[in-house]
Amino acid sequence: MKLLKTILAAAALSLTLGTAAFAARTDLVVGVILEPPHLDPTAGAAAAIDEIVYANVFEGLTRIDAQGQVQPALAESWSVSDDGLTYTFKLRSGAKFHDGTSFEADDVKFSLDRARGENSTNAQKGLFAGIESVDVIDPATVAVKLKAPEGLFAWNMGLGDAVMVAPETAETNKERPVGTGPFKFDSWAKGSSVKLVKSDAYWGDPVALEKVEFRIIPDAAAAVPALLSGDVQAFPNAPLGDARPQLEADPRLKVVIGVTEGETLLTMNNKKPPFDKLEVRQAIASAIDKTAVIAGNGSGLGTPIGSHMSPASPDYVDLVKTYPYDVAKAKEYLKAAGLENGFKATLKLPPPPYARDGGQVIQSQLREIGVDVEIIPVEWADWLSKVFTEKDFDMTIVSHTEANDIDIYSRPGYYFQYQDPEFNELMDELKVTNDAAKRHDILAAAQKILAHDVPAVFLFELAKVGVWDAKLEGMWENAPIQATDLTKVRWVD
Amino acid sequence: MTLFVLKRLGVGLLTLVAASIVVFAMLEVVPGDPARLMLGMNATEDAVAALREQMGLNQPLAVRYLAWAGGMLTGDFGRSYTYPVPVIDLVAERLVVSLPLALIALFLSTTIAIPVGLYSASRRGSAADTFVMGATQLGVAIPNFWFALLLVYVFAVGLRLLPAGGFPGWGAGFWPALKSLIMPAIALALPQAAILARVTRSALLEVLGEDYIRTARAKGLPQNRVMWRHALRNALIPVLTILGLQFAFLLAGTIIIENVFYLPGLGRLIFQAITQRDLIVVESVVMLLAATVIIVNLLVDLSYAIVDPRLRVRA
Repeated sequence: MKLLKTILAAAALSLTLGTAAFAARTDLVVGVILEPPHLDPTAGAAAAIDEIVYANVFEGLTRIDAQGQVQPALAESWSVSDDGLTYTFKLRSGAKFHDGTSFEADDVKFSLDRARGENSTNAQKGLFAGIESVDVIDPATVAVKLKAPEGLFAWNMGLGDAVMVAPETAETNKERPVGTGPFKFDSWAKGSSVKLVKSDAYWGDPVALEKVEFRIIPDAAAAVPALLSGDVQAFPNAPLGDARPQLEADPRLKVVIGVTEGETLLTMNNKKPPFDKLEVRQAIASAIDKTAVIAGNGSGLGTPIGSHMSPASPDYVDLVKTYPYDVAKAKEYLKAAGLENGFKATLKLPPPPYARDGGQVIQSQLREIGVDVEIIPVEWADWLSKVFTEKDFDMTIVSHTEANDIDIYSRPGYYFQYQDPEFNELMDELKVTNDAAKRHDILAAAQKILAHDVPAVFLFELAKVGVWDAKLEGMWENAPIQATDLTKVRWVD
Repeated sequence: MTLFVLKRLGVGLLTLVAASIVVFAMLEVVPGDPARLMLGMNATEDAVAALREQMGLNQPLAVRYLAWAGGMLTGDFGRSYTYPVPVIDLVAERLVVSLPLALIALFLSTTIAIPVGLYSASRRGSAADTFVMGATQLGVAIPNFWFALLLVYVFAVGLRLLPAGGFPGWGAGFWPALKSLIMPAIALALPQAAILARVTRSALLEVLGEDYIRTARAKGLPQNRVMWRHALRNALIPVLTILGLQFAFLLAGTIIIENVFYLPGLGRLIFQAITQRDLIVVESVVMLLAATVIIVNLLVDLSYAIVDPRLRVRA
């Protein structure tokens, strides 16, 4: 009996030793489509920057998690004064930048003042415009005073644009990012890959991965064999197109279809005749069969929407049926607008397949009601300067991928050229409202106004197709913000 | 000979100056604001203005042209708008991929094409010649990206012998780096070899009808000597011309193959720079390429003189 026990104990011991010897792998190659122009998320809009450094290299006071909820990050807690004007952040002790300097209240003041300063090139400078002052109370406490209450302040502080940087390294973050995250920057071979390694000085739960490489693979034709051959083990935003079934059939891989915050819109220039007439916009909305547009959008994926809100959001109101697909009704709307013979219009399409492919479906659908659409393909640079800045367009298709961005319809000078006093009032109210139930009511009312006014035809919510090795755990299924958070990712056997 | 070289150099310099003006002017009229592109849709106007100032985009056109052209003369190609590094570093990083790739592909295509062309010309009308003509026709017709994908599926996905793409860098060791260039080089070399073989064959056929070939044969030289020494040497001029053109193409015109294998080469740098309106990179890289093409053409002209002594006298 004693012998048996000894043997069992030895067996148990060798088992544990065995698992230790065959430890799970700790390296990962992640495929990304676009190379970031640089690696400083506080100085550029490119989603490609956040897709590498957010949560991995850089952290903010708060952070957004996989469900799109605000969580503590470098601030372990915070309190809001009763008037909603002062946020007091209690900072994490023991947090260090990768250059060894510790993270303290001075760094918070520096980061926020830099983002809202005169020479700031922050892509979301507007987020910081409401800050009145940032005051250091002690090395572990910061008070941020606001000019007016801001319902989304804690969320905004969790965005990539609001991450914490050190004064010593802020200027060189573009080339050599230095943050407080669980991974530190290792190297960047331009055009090829960005490498990160585990930081041993991390204040929080240590990450399972030791080495991460983000490999830049701009072409769908190359992404598929890279995944099939195992060269790349995860592709969070995979440009698969027709090849999706091939990957889904492979038992070594997992294909996960998630939702994004990308409301894909057929935007109309609301000040330019004939789109300034509500009936014309209603006619166009009624003439479009959203399911057909989704089927033809390149991936065949997407959820129809009826207003500017993600169906995944708790504040979503189902307004898809506001203008159901009805050609006869669409013609009536046109007649009411005095345009029963139709008209000519241009449709400017930026490069993504959802726009270029979806645009052709829309062109043929609008022909049914006598609207003769000329398609003009444009590059992003061209789109941003001509359509977005100069508002030189009739219609365009673009996905608005920011979360919580319904207020864009109230922004003066925004390219939709839509203004509605009632909607603007709601937005002003929303901005200063903290209470979740009240926010929900305001958002619901706002969605209804937009659904009725159709400043843009709300086509569908963009889907996110992620592919990764079946043995990989902890990847984000949805994309509440653009990020590739690897902090919980690990290999399992 | 010296006069010939000087004359060619002078023409080359003038071409470069003209090219610099054309490239600069063309990019100025292309719509798109690099600052707005970097900051995106949610940027405030003053943030965009601050970045424009930082990038020096607010200076007058002539000042910017002179600063750029003057800089190039002293070896300063400016700093990239998007990547915050000097353009010359970017180019150097890409050249360590593109140059070896171009050289390997060129080497492969020549070592395949010239013997094949010789063989097929010397057996004109035979079954072997017909086969070569058919095969090279196919080689010219097959799109190289399709062939590249075929290679990837066979050697990377199927056999897992070679990486599906990417470039680990020469720092990762000679063999891993070379391994990642094998398939791209083959995909690039094959269509080039097909063209080169056909050109070699037809140039040879023309030469083979000449009197001196008959003389060489008449004095009893073996077939091999006739072909290599007398025929090939005289047929080399069109072959060298094509080789010069192919090298320039292989250096920067390989964007499609670079995309299939996601290689960080020069072609992709230019493509990326154009879409991101990184004007300074586009301008400087185009100028460097123009200079390369001019130099390669000069070398080709000089090599004519080496293969054909008559040209030396005439020049």
